[in-house]
Amino acid sequence: MNFDLTEERQMLRDTLRRYLSDKYTTKVRNDILDSDSGMSGAIWGELAELGVIGALFTEDEGGFGGQGFDISVVFEELGRAGVVEPFLDTGILGGRLISGLGGDSQKGMIEEIIAGTLHLAFAHTEPTSRYDLSRVETTVSDGKITGRKAVVVNAEAADCLIVSARESGSTDDLQGISLFLVDSDAPGLTLRGYPLLAGGRAAEVTLDNTPATRLGAAGAAFPTIEAAVAHAHVALSAEAFGAMTTATDLTREYLVTRQQFGRPIGTFQALQHRVADMLIELEQARSAVINAAGHLGAPARIRDLECAAARNLVGRVGRLVAEEAIQMHGGIAMTREYELAHIAKRIVMTDHRFGDTDYHLERFIDLSAAA
Amino acid sequence: MDLNYSEEELAFRDEVRAFLDEKLPKEISEKVRRGEELTKGDMERWHAILNARGWLAPNWPVEYGGCAWNAVQKHIFDVESSYANAPRIIPFGLSMLAPVLMKFGSQAQKDHYLPRILDGTDWWCQGYSEPGAGSDLASLKTRAVRDGDHYIVNGQKTWTTLGQYADWIFCLVRTDPDVKQQEGISFLLIDMNTPGIEVRPIILLDGVHEVNEVFFDNVRVPVDNLVGEENKGWTYAKYLLTHERTNIAGVGSSQAGLDTVKRMARAEMQGGRPLIANPHFAARLASVEIDLKAMATTNLRVIAQTAAGGAPGLEASMLKVKGTILRQEINDLARRAAGPYAMPFPSEAVEGDNDPIGPDYAAKTAPQYFNNRKLSIFGGSNEIQRGIIAKVSLGGAK
Repeated sequence: MNFDLTEERQMLRDTLRRYLSDKYTTKVRNDILDSDSGMSGAIWGELAELGVIGALFTEDEGGFGGQGFDISVVFEELGRAGVVEPFLDTGILGGRLISGLGGDSQKGMIEEIIAGTLHLAFAHTEPTSRYDLSRVETTVSDGKITGRKAVVVNAEAADCLIVSARESGSTDDLQGISLFLVDSDAPGLTLRGYPLLAGGRAAEVTLDNTPATRLGAAGAAFPTIEAAVAHAHVALSAEAFGAMTTATDLTREYLVTRQQFGRPIGTFQALQHRVADMLIELEQARSAVINAAGHLGAPARIRDLECAAARNLVGRVGRLVAEEAIQMHGGIAMTREYELAHIAKRIVMTDHRFGDTDYHLERFIDLSAAA
Repeated sequence: MDLNYSEEELAFRDEVRAFLDEKLPKEISEKVRRGEELTKGDMERWHAILNARGWLAPNWPVEYGGCAWNAVQKHIFDVESSYANAPRIIPFGLSMLAPVLMKFGSQAQKDHYLPRILDGTDWWCQGYSEPGAGSDLASLKTRAVRDGDHYIVNGQKTWTTLGQYADWIFCLVRTDPDVKQQEGISFLLIDMNTPGIEVRPIILLDGVHEVNEVFFDNVRVPVDNLVGEENKGWTYAKYLLTHERTNIAGVGSSQAGLDTVKRMARAEMQGGRPLIANPHFAARLASVEIDLKAMATTNLRVIAQTAAGGAPGLEASMLKVKGTILRQEINDLARRAAGPYAMPFPSEAVEGDNDPIGPDYAAKTAPQYFNNRKLSIFGGSNEIQRGIIAKVSLGGAK
């Protein structure tokens, strides 16, 4: 048994933490939030150069990591700094889908992803599918796609969209779903973009007889979608955990400096016990992320069970940490200028990507029963 | 024990419903329903409609233009207004300052300010909190020094709600720094147009401008604007805070919020069935509803006691804590119910006259969840309220 990070991963963590604490200040990030594109191309490029994206791919794929713990190390650091750039969408989701289903020429895109020169978006969720991964109504006929996709993160910046469509079966079937590459300038593709509450941008995507190139065999994409989303679960859990450590650190600092009634408010036992609870739960969250990351290569049922467990636990603890951090700070944490405001939004809004706390509780129950 | 409204109370409820149905502008109630920001004009318009009906100041005695409602009638009005998505009545002049003026103000102050509060001439804001004086309000530092027939005011107030619209601010200021904190505070009325006042916006985490910082740099305030006696301001402030806590339970808005969540959960489909039929979501919803039913009765018990002449004591603190927790829980349910469509942060600029992004009930759920974290922070934080409850119930145990 060994819970230490490898030397390479420690170096990656340290490099990232140093870079982000120097460069990704509250001011820089808030300017990014206010910008039209909702992200910084310069920071994206620099982080790619530092290996943030390469760490998400195996050596065979052209990267230098690709395991669960590579993903968790990267995303914990991104979470700590409240990074809004869409590494999840291009690096994890885009990368896993291309790597899982792409032919040789399509796999050539991975080199550009790692270099930071290609942006992707996964256009899968539909307006009525909520978190159900198999609910796909978008259709394909003669290589042309028609349908609507909801809250597609990074759609506007993407050079290429990865779009799911149903080739056979009924709306909720696991079989019959294919993935397609759609160029950003393809005819019949319309984006309605908007900012997201916790940073970054997304779009409502409409496809009307839009030409597309299929990734992999017809109707057989679902297992690859589930695997990619499992990677996203590890990334999201780690990111939320990183943000939670920042929220907790900020709260501890505040409690020892903020004076009321002639003493630091951290001397009030009512608050001390609540900080203690936050720290206890934070360790639970750390372990849940480790469990999920350590099982990312396991058979699908085990992998998904661990991912559901992590997302449920991190979701619960995340809400506790975000709410308690704001409450113990008081009004200052409600202001947009204060770091915690953004961090709390990152934590809570994680709950809305690929399933909330309840969804993952149910999934855990179903997967446990299937054993 | 009778849990039902009397005939008279039911008749009053019907009268309120009919009034709201007829007079509440639809474009305003739609904004409230969707959780959108109201303009100053929206708020003033509703204020004027209520004033025309004589229903603007339920807490005021009839001789000042109030409507002499008993506690149950006020409660019915609050609940029905929430259900109808009426805007909240801006409380600073009507239910905070006015009771203080009526009890401690000079005749000249009453004659001048009260009618202007009622007819909307003056918009008031509250100058209590400071950067270093939040829960520990008595440590406030904004200084007022007597200079002939003026006070010279220097310092800073913060979290000044809707101060950007205000014509006047009522302020707690330090007039004697050499005595026990609570004994050196005075209650001053300050014209926001006086030279030396600067209002700076604070943008909250949901992007909304509802609070401000207010800076005072050698602001000259006539001594006539002192309420009551110099250095007695803390007594008046505490009196005001008891009024700030009326309707603190927010039963009406919780009930309206819960109805909205149910409507959302009937429309949202997950795993082939409506979200409201999902056992996990249904259990969360039921727990909140069960709590709310009990709290509504607690609230009515306190109201009945107040109506019978008793003063709400600890119960006000209890209702504040429980009421805010429930409202926040309902905001959390709404956020969950919205699913992925809780993520967009659309604005007028994005949506314009086009269709909303996703279902129209979804867009404001997450911003409201974050914005309403304030409920357990302001008006005496829930920690302060728990401290009051514990202190009284443990009887000074050290």
